[in-house]
Amino acid sequence: MKRESVLTVAVTGMNAVPDNPGAGLAVARCLREAYGERIRIVGLGYDALDPGLHRREYCDSAHLISYPGSGADTLLARLAEVHETERIDVLLPCLDAELPLVIALAPQLAALGIRSYLPSAEQLARRAKDRLPELADEAGVATPETLSISNIDFFRDCDRKGWPFPLVVKGGFYDARIATCPADAESAFRAIAAEWGMPVLVQRRITGEECNLTGIGDGTGALLGEVMMKKRATTIRGKAWAGISIQDEGLADAARRLIAALKWKGPVEIEVMRDSQGVYQLIEINPRFPAWIYLSQGVGRNLPALLLSLASGEKPPPLAPPQPGILFIRYAQETIVPLSSFESLMMAGRSPMEDETT
Amino acid sequence: MDKNQAASDQPSALAKPEVLMRLALSDNGFVFDPVTGNSFTVNGTGLAILRRLQHETDLARIVASLCTEFDVVPLAAERDVIEFANLLRNAFK
Repeated sequence: MKRESVLTVAVTGMNAVPDNPGAGLAVARCLREAYGERIRIVGLGYDALDPGLHRREYCDSAHLISYPGSGADTLLARLAEVHETERIDVLLPCLDAELPLVIALAPQLAALGIRSYLPSAEQLARRAKDRLPELADEAGVATPETLSISNIDFFRDCDRKGWPFPLVVKGGFYDARIATCPADAESAFRAIAAEWGMPVLVQRRITGEECNLTGIGDGTGALLGEVMMKKRATTIRGKAWAGISIQDEGLADAARRLIAALKWKGPVEIEVMRDSQGVYQLIEINPRFPAWIYLSQGVGRNLPALLLSLASGEKPPPLAPPQPGILFIRYAQETIVPLSSFESLMMAGRSPMEDETT
Repeated sequence: MDKNQAASDQPSALAKPEVLMRLALSDNGFVFDPVTGNSFTVNGTGLAILRRLQHETDLARIVASLCTEFDVVPLAAERDVIEFANLLRNAFK
């Protein structure tokens, strides 16, 4: 039986894989450290091999859900099924591709008793990669010129059209690859179009120092609890493997203007490149926490805990002043999984229930 | 006097103190910039100059202070300060 004081929170994005990890496991870790036994964390994933689903110290139970491509009705039906077992109080989606569906389903989920803290569909659309220049202009933030293309032939003579190499080829949701020649670009185009669909975006390449900011928009235009990070080591795909907290008022100001222009509600990650002239070039706005969100706990600003308090109407936890100079260094580790757990996820779409494991 | 020295005779040619002020310096020469997240190391001479540049923009006063603390002639101290300030200016553009 559920204890009244225990909050049940479902977290997606448990695909904590090295080259492009989802944020779910880091969010769960933040919540566990903030709430301890006062929270039940339900991990939601798409693959029985998603590592986060098997980390019992962070996920009390785990369920597989339908891919976003299956549509809103299928996802709602599956979430309702999970809710029947788990009685979810709050749902925290951590993957970009889920956001359109979860936002569309928010009223139905609320009717089931599942709360969330999400942007509107319009807010989500305005920060999409193909509309970023328009938003950046409104907020007075620089951004590299971006072009939406649907034909691979663009790369044959793009330099003559004013788009010389190197260029960045990007997917609408994920993925960005640097292309130094037409062959590179065509290969990137094919891979990205196959995985993420059309259109594919082409962006002028900016060189400089990449800095990221995460925080929470309160829905009225304010940015809460910003945490900034400079990457110190990256994976082959440019994802942070090590980073250090920074306090850069220029970056914070740019982020505040963007959040105010959007009246953003929910977690956000803002990626910028500080170019050789010291100008912040907006690269992306992600509608979720980043995979490095555990750094927020490290600097005394546990943002997942703040988000949960906002979603559940609790008093927000106190936030420490900005604390530059705290590093995170990721590492790879093996999780041992009993066959019964793997089997249960594969066959029933859920981890063994507590009464089955005791 | 070379070009750098001529330029560096002006206080404005030294690295901006507001940029240097933000640097966290450790006694062992580890330097951290909290705005950019960059870190680097300096030797004892560099650390002594950097500490002075954080609070002082007048080249003559910096040189005098170094000559008081270390066994160095003013000309050599001035050359070291100017050279190091040039490095800093490039590092914190």
